[in-house]
Amino acid sequence: MKVTDKQTLTAQVVIVGGGIIGTATARELSRYNVDVLLLEAEAEVGWGTTKANSGIVHGGFHEEPGTLKAKYCFPGNQMYPQLCEELDVCFKQNGILMVGRTPEEMETVQEYYKRGTERGVKLQLLSREELLEQEPNLDPELAGALYAPEGGSVMPFELAAALMENAVQNGVRYEVNAKVIGAWAEGGKKYLETAEKVIEADYVINAAGLFSDDLARMFGDDYFSIRPRKGEEYIFDLSVKDMVKSTIFPVPGKISKGILVIPTAAGNLMMGPTGDNVDEKEDLGTSQDGFNRVFDGAKSLVPGLDPRKIIAQFAGVRAASDRGDFIVELSPNVPGLVHLAGIESPGLTAAPAIAADVPRLLREAGLELEEKEDFNPRRSGVIRFHTLSREEQDKLVQEDPSFGRIICRCESITEGEIVDAIHRGARTLDGIKFRVRAGAGRCQGGFCQPFITQILSRELGIPVTQVTKAGPGSEQVKYEAKELSEQEVL
Amino acid sequence: MKQVHVDVAVIGGGPAGLAASLAARKEGAERVLIIERNTELGGILQQCIHHGFGLHRFKEELTGPEYAQRFIDFIKETDIEVMLETMVLEVTPERKIYAVNSESGMLEIHAKSIVLAMGCRERTRGALRIPGGRPAGVYSAGTAQRYVNIDGYVPGKKAVILGSGDIGLIMARRFTLEGAKVEAVVEVLPYAAGLTRNVVQCLEDYDIPLYLQSTVIEIHGNKRIEAVTIAQVDEKWNPIPGTERKIECDTLLLSVGLVPENELSSQAGVAIDPITNGPLVDDAMMTNLPGIFACGNVLHVHDLVDNVSKESERAGMYAGRYALGKSSEKARRIKVQAGENIRYVVPHEVSSEEPVEFFMRVQRPQDDVALDVGGLRRIRKTSVRPSEMLDVKITPEQLQSLEGDTLVIQIVEQ
Repeated sequence: MKVTDKQTLTAQVVIVGGGIIGTATARELSRYNVDVLLLEAEAEVGWGTTKANSGIVHGGFHEEPGTLKAKYCFPGNQMYPQLCEELDVCFKQNGILMVGRTPEEMETVQEYYKRGTERGVKLQLLSREELLEQEPNLDPELAGALYAPEGGSVMPFELAAALMENAVQNGVRYEVNAKVIGAWAEGGKKYLETAEKVIEADYVINAAGLFSDDLARMFGDDYFSIRPRKGEEYIFDLSVKDMVKSTIFPVPGKISKGILVIPTAAGNLMMGPTGDNVDEKEDLGTSQDGFNRVFDGAKSLVPGLDPRKIIAQFAGVRAASDRGDFIVELSPNVPGLVHLAGIESPGLTAAPAIAADVPRLLREAGLELEEKEDFNPRRSGVIRFHTLSREEQDKLVQEDPSFGRIICRCESITEGEIVDAIHRGARTLDGIKFRVRAGAGRCQGGFCQPFITQILSRELGIPVTQVTKAGPGSEQVKYEAKELSEQEVL
Repeated sequence: MKQVHVDVAVIGGGPAGLAASLAARKEGAERVLIIERNTELGGILQQCIHHGFGLHRFKEELTGPEYAQRFIDFIKETDIEVMLETMVLEVTPERKIYAVNSESGMLEIHAKSIVLAMGCRERTRGALRIPGGRPAGVYSAGTAQRYVNIDGYVPGKKAVILGSGDIGLIMARRFTLEGAKVEAVVEVLPYAAGLTRNVVQCLEDYDIPLYLQSTVIEIHGNKRIEAVTIAQVDEKWNPIPGTERKIECDTLLLSVGLVPENELSSQAGVAIDPITNGPLVDDAMMTNLPGIFACGNVLHVHDLVDNVSKESERAGMYAGRYALGKSSEKARRIKVQAGENIRYVVPHEVSSEEPVEFFMRVQRPQDDVALDVGGLRRIRKTSVRPSEMLDVKITPEQLQSLEGDTLVIQIVEQ
């Protein structure tokens, strides 16, 4: 082993990456008597590609037969209802519509119908009249659609956080702000180096998303590359949430599934994403051009969309691989190294199915896995004050007065929910926003951000000037009053 | 669930709610209740620690907290009830209010009349869709104002301010006084959006450059903002290629407009004017829902708090009268129409039985013109500016002489 004065940790299995794939795998492995450690580069789990995901649980009819995408997508879809029930996270099964504009496009829609039906996906073809009856705000010129009632929506960040919580309940350890900067195999063991520690592992699961090719290369595997592909999304105010019920897809192009109109699990309508190859893995900027393309695409499906109702936008980068398919396999060169890479769309849908396949790969690599008797699949969900009836709200406040203090007025998020989020692992303003939606509404935190900053400071026992938006380097307010204007002169 | 019965419930304890509740009580309504979400009364005035408030009302230059305190002191002399740290979650057309606080839990408040006085919020970066990254260090000006003036923190030391609205101008000066450097104020219009006195006192006095017909076209930075790119714009506000300029900064403040907060109103079924984003009201400041009144920045965004107080006293008076059962069905309805170079007029509809004070804003600056009120009154104006509200009073007698059922208010050449 290399000489180092860094603290050393050991674990049987180390998962690198706390995105949806890493957290789902952690939770899956927590069913077994095995010592698992997850390393996440960012300040919280679910913060890479996962947090910028569209949140769609796909129907499973898009994927080309014979691909790994096809292998894992539909089974993943079928696992969602139970998974979300066990983890007590929101799963809105609002269905998916693929709409055709012309008779030619309807022929393609027919092909997807056939493809999906052969796979066992519940599907239904809709005429124009049936489509418009179901979704009266769609373009009346559309020719018809394919309807997949078992498609749905989740909040990807909520799901990743819940998977991690449940994994931790069942004995998995995890570290945040732990970016892997070095990795090597030596004497049957694998070593991972972060800024502060060296971790010795028997097995390593590469779920490093955008950086999975970099991690593979550190181990000497250079046979795949990540081709980052950016997607911009635009979110509408809750006041227009009812314009469509199901997620609306056009007939897909060659590279992507096209511009969609998405009723998110959080309630807001969203449109996007673009699909642009980019050079930088962390190029998260939005653009005027991106907006124009998204809006043109979305408007052609739902003509009544009003750009003045947009409250926020963001971009994420897909960790697509040069293979054009998922990579779910043992390293051909390094024994005990598993690559879960190139997980682009429909990666979120496929995640539970991919995770469920990891024990097989680890067994193939020689790990003995024995199911725990006391595995607890259930995680207690967060309380969402605004979803309760007035009577339930009243009862809750009587039990815990902190639920009577509304901090985020746009989304009616209480202090109780924010404190709970911090106790569950939120460390930053973005973490609070993603978990409980405080600051995600129409004022975008204008009113509540100073209050949430104070609550974070109080609960974490850190000065306000150390409270960050999204981890070190993103401090929210940098100076105390008078720090800049008054200086010692003597 | 705790039940509360009142004559007049006022939602919001800022300047509008304070003035409205006092007027309602003075009118004779016995149980007047102010519901305020913050820990104290006064609303956003409490963070406006600069002076310049009350010149019209009190003939004095007060700070925001001082102006608020005058009204809070008046309230203390009355039996007006105040619920602090209480958030209204729902208003029904039957004038039932659901509100919550940590002491009482959920409250069901039954009011004979309601005054909506929730104020406004700031437009956000998301609403503007400024391209680029989403780093820390981008704040609406009012949020930064709270951090500095209430909480005691300075967000950064090198700032660019987008928008020359009043809060942006005030914050340019505040940042400078706190030892930070303001690199630029950038305004898309060909003139400053805020009051002239603020341009002089907050920018010119501190040599802060104001770039007109310009905007921020990109935000740079991943964790914390590192720079912005600004560019000049054409008449349609499109950036002009070749005029881009990158300015390093660690803070971007947005002062790009205010939006009345009418989510509660809309949910209750109050009809909204798409221009003001506030309720449509008649000369009693009553919305389309009987017994529900509106005033202050929830009705339309004001220039001076003095005007908010004046308007809210009318709303409070009529809300008090309604609660006492003294309001009567109006015989005549006159529609008020915004004519040449008038963006909007409040109230939207009048009878000819009450004296009315109209508030309005122009669409664009003009000099040496006159304000014409349906031919009933014509007032000379040496200049009109979008940043400065115009107001004009009309008597019932004048209104009675109006022919037809539309009153057009317009700017005419002298």
